Amino acid sequence: MTDLVATSLVAGYAGEDVLRGIDLELRGGERVALIGPNGAGKTTLLRCLAGLLRPRGGAVLLGGAPLAALDARARARRIAVVPQNFATPFAFTVREIVALGRTAYVGPFGRLSPHDRAAIDRALADAEGAALAERPFAELSGGERQRAVLAMALAQEADVLLLDEPTVHLDPVHQRATLARLGDLAREQGRIAVAVLHDLNLASVLSDRVVVVHRGRIVADGAPAEVLTQRTIDAVFGTGLRVLEDRVPPAIVPLA
Amino acid sequence: MSRRLPAATVFAALAAGLAGAIAIALALGAVAIPLERVLASLAGQGEPTDSAILLSLRLPRVLGAALVGAALGVAGALLQALLRNPLADPYVLGTSAGASVGATIGLFLAATLGHLVVPLFAFAGALASIAFVWRIARIGPHTPVVSLLLAGVVLSAFAGSVVALLLVLSDRLQLRLATVLAWLMGGVSVVSWEQLSIAATLVGASLLLGLAAGPRLDALAFGEDVAAGLGVDVERLTRTVLIASALLTASAVSLAGLVGFVGLVVPHAVRLLLGPAHTRLLPACALGGAVFLVVADLVARVALAPTELPVGVITGLVGGPFFFVLLWRQRESYRL
Repeated sequence: MTDLVATSLVAGYAGEDVLRGIDLELRGGERVALIGPNGAGKTTLLRCLAGLLRPRGGAVLLGGAPLAALDARARARRIAVVPQNFATPFAFTVREIVALGRTAYVGPFGRLSPHDRAAIDRALADAEGAALAERPFAELSGGERQRAVLAMALAQEADVLLLDEPTVHLDPVHQRATLARLGDLAREQGRIAVAVLHDLNLASVLSDRVVVVHRGRIVADGAPAEVLTQRTIDAVFGTGLRVLEDRVPPAIVPLA
Repeated sequence: MSRRLPAATVFAALAAGLAGAIAIALALGAVAIPLERVLASLAGQGEPTDSAILLSLRLPRVLGAALVGAALGVAGALLQALLRNPLADPYVLGTSAGASVGATIGLFLAATLGHLVVPLFAFAGALASIAFVWRIARIGPHTPVVSLLLAGVVLSAFAGSVVALLLVLSDRLQLRLATVLAWLMGGVSVVSWEQLSIAATLVGASLLLGLAAGPRLDALAFGEDVAAGLGVDVERLTRTVLIASALLTASAVSLAGLVGFVGLVVPHAVRLLLGPAHTRLLPACALGGAVFLVVADLVARVALAPTELPVGVITGLVGGPFFFVLLWRQRESYRL
């Protein structure tokens, strides 16, 4: 089974380091939530793990080999990313977008093989997007768009799924449904699934492991009940939240 | 929103439209020649006067117009994918103006160095311009429409001044100012089959380059991070698109000077019929651009006959308002 490991990761933009020494080991089959306040470095960490941002120090290893040694095509067959911003001015249909997941497999002129077509159909089914296939992406609701983008990532047939705030813009029911679906996929198929989440309760209920990023470092990492304590939450988010530690898994409510 | 049509239908209609437009453009002109006599001449069995007019005057010009339209249509589609903006076009972005500086210098040297020097210098000018605009308009991984259009406008004005200076200098050197001016205003001025075949080769090669990048261009239309995540080598693809669009623009400018807005109108219309996937969009833009410019050139020749208009005047009259309609529709998303 694949593992994705970051060691002593230092990374950032322009002159500033956003990540200041991250060590993280991710294994297949577990649902990992990446939480932390705005600007903590969650997205930067995800981009490094995806190979989209080259770290200044340390390394990311995929299955023991440096990620930086893979070219874009080889990397996209192993790691799929669901970005926070996904938009285009052009009127692509959902099926065309899911087919983009095969970019790293098709030849230069883009002819889809029977295997490519099967992967696209399977991804659409797994993301519950089959009924959307022929519709223009721009006409979809937020939840439907999220399913289309998830299907695109699934069509990459990658062992690693990295999602940047996959539940933003969704109502609570769709937030839960999206994460539950993702979790099922991770467990059933032994994939690594990491999602950046802002909703701490979703992280608590729908993940096996919660990683807390604060000021470019990992300050807590473990099962929801171990990590989501009043002490940790106060230290990272300040004092506006109350953790109901007696609940299993813990619940977090804002203070009045 | 119009529904898409089957690709086979669209390509068949475009090919038939191109054949029809070329036939009519050959038949009409200062001397009208009936279609059956046009076809006879093309088959090598026409009357000598017909054949002289058709084969040495009209055919090179009509084919030249078709090539210019194809080149600009594809260049527009490529730049729009790279910049993720349907307003991108080699004329609007100043690429054509940059190519015209190179081509003007090339024209002065052509007498001594041969015709190949014109597209070569035009390519250098186009590549320098588009690379410059792309660099200067970029903010992080994004290219906001305002900085893009401003950079294009200012570059066009600057290049226009350079060309004007060159023309004044050339006048003092007693070169053919009137010819150069007519070309610059967007007139298809094909001087030889050699010139046509050079342009055809460049346009064909660039189209192939774009087609080969088709699926990666689709990915790039969603942004650089998304494309990279999907397995696209974004830097390499960017270079390919910049070079291919510069080659296409240079070919068009060498043949017909500054012909505006073809790259804006054609991809937009084709996307409505076929959808945005580039492996279909690019060849359809080549055909659609060819039809558009053959018709525009025909109108330019016959509208005020015997006076000929530069074809750039016709495309400008159609494309200018079209650009403003697109800008108006997008003003919400761009906060203009």
